[in-house]
Amino acid sequence: MIPVKKTIAEINARIGAGRSVVLTAEEVTRLAETTSPREIARKVDVVTTGTFAPMCSSGAFLNFGHADPPIRMERITLNDVPAYAGLAAVDTYIGATETASGNLHYGGAHVIESLVRGEDVRLKASAKGTDCYPRREIETTINKININEAYMFNPRNAYQNYPAVMNTSSKTLHTYMGVLLPKLGNINYSTSGELSPLLNDPELRTIGIGTRVFLCGAQGYVAWQGTQFCTGNPRNPAGIPSRNSATLALIANLKEMNLDFIKAAYFTGYGVSLFVGIGIPIPVLDEEMARFVSVGNRDIETEIFDFGTPGHPSIGRTNYAALQSGEIVFRRKKIRTASMSSLLKARQIAGILKQWIERGVFLLTEPVSTFAPNPALQRLEIRGTQ
Amino acid sequence: MKKRFVLTFPPEATYKPITYEVIKKYNVKINIIKARVDSGEIGYLLVELDAAQSRIRQVLEYLQENQVSYQPLEKEVIFRQEACIHCGSCVGVCFAGALVMDPETRQLEFDSGKCIVCELCTEACPLGLFEIQFGGE
Repeated sequence: MIPVKKTIAEINARIGAGRSVVLTAEEVTRLAETTSPREIARKVDVVTTGTFAPMCSSGAFLNFGHADPPIRMERITLNDVPAYAGLAAVDTYIGATETASGNLHYGGAHVIESLVRGEDVRLKASAKGTDCYPRREIETTINKININEAYMFNPRNAYQNYPAVMNTSSKTLHTYMGVLLPKLGNINYSTSGELSPLLNDPELRTIGIGTRVFLCGAQGYVAWQGTQFCTGNPRNPAGIPSRNSATLALIANLKEMNLDFIKAAYFTGYGVSLFVGIGIPIPVLDEEMARFVSVGNRDIETEIFDFGTPGHPSIGRTNYAALQSGEIVFRRKKIRTASMSSLLKARQIAGILKQWIERGVFLLTEPVSTFAPNPALQRLEIRGTQ
Repeated sequence: MKKRFVLTFPPEATYKPITYEVIKKYNVKINIIKARVDSGEIGYLLVELDAAQSRIRQVLEYLQENQVSYQPLEKEVIFRQEACIHCGSCVGVCFAGALVMDPETRQLEFDSGKCIVCELCTEACPLGLFEIQFGGE
């Protein structure tokens, strides 16, 4: 039999002609129950994925434009949230987790959400004043219309799998993975399972620099590999790494984002974070890709980390079919599960991306470059200063 | 009418079939929402009494005569459902089962009738959509 092979250019031609066959990652998993990978590779052009989860390593670059007389901003706050001022005169980066002075519940994520909503944000900046930038203080309001650029740039998003977490200690823990009740009282996880982007292309064959994606309702791009990108973790027979592995750095125009797919959050005892909506189209180029996109929740396993023990050791393993059922059995005990990530929103994102491709308003991209493997992460050692 | 009370049983009262007596004597519907009763220790029951006001008063008098003290539950959880993103962070801590994810639609559902106002959801929701309202009747 001649192997099925398609190119991204051929798929784009079909999209352009309005003849592309696009399924969501959930739909293709159901189809795979009765259809072979070969048939799927022949029939299906693109599989759309989605995730909507808190992703702390997110933020936005802004350029305010120059005032008259101009200022070279050295300290910047937006609604009292400090923004980075170590760039050229009126550029800044506002990080999602930065918090306002005097209000730990409000932070960069809320400022970003306000900008997307079109609201005015109070800008305060100060400087020492120079011959070329004589102004020393400024206070005004900005919004997404009256500033030059506002683009989200997230150094680490779309984690490929993430450990589920529990707590074996005797006290309640407040974490970025939510409230963890003592003595294995609950288990929390944060992945959209079979809909999750990097679980449908586990070797990142089709995703690389320049890949066009859905980011918070806008069309954005993969800018680089994400920080803490790791490809060396053990994989199960379905090819899925059992713990947090690959990541993506993503970029998109904040001015085009949709409030339905971006949400500021506050985790009690932890701090501010940002729910980010991501969708990535996976081209079904051949049988191997067909197998990858057909993976189901039962075959996507993840480790369970114990946040109640220093070093967060792995204490077991489960899968997303069990986690999404609402209850798992662990150490002969029934344990309630909770997701930090919204499956409802993930489905909406995969659905919108599917519509965009079907309508021909979103074309697939050949990666400019794929990512080099990284077998292991560096640890931060405490070294002497001598 | 329905009213909720936290009943506190002294160790000596945990041996008596008081709930049975209340149902039999006063013909009220008792819904036990939460219970912690061990022989020889102070016991707690969170109950909902469904009866006419006068009947409920009689029940409370009877409980007092039997050394069971009561505290009306005057708190309730207010959920701003319209802003919910359906992540489900709250369901793992809701032991009363008032917050559940619909397994098909993956929408969060809140049944205030099952809520025991343990308040854990107020910490678990990353959008701060649960608030405790004091007052009651």
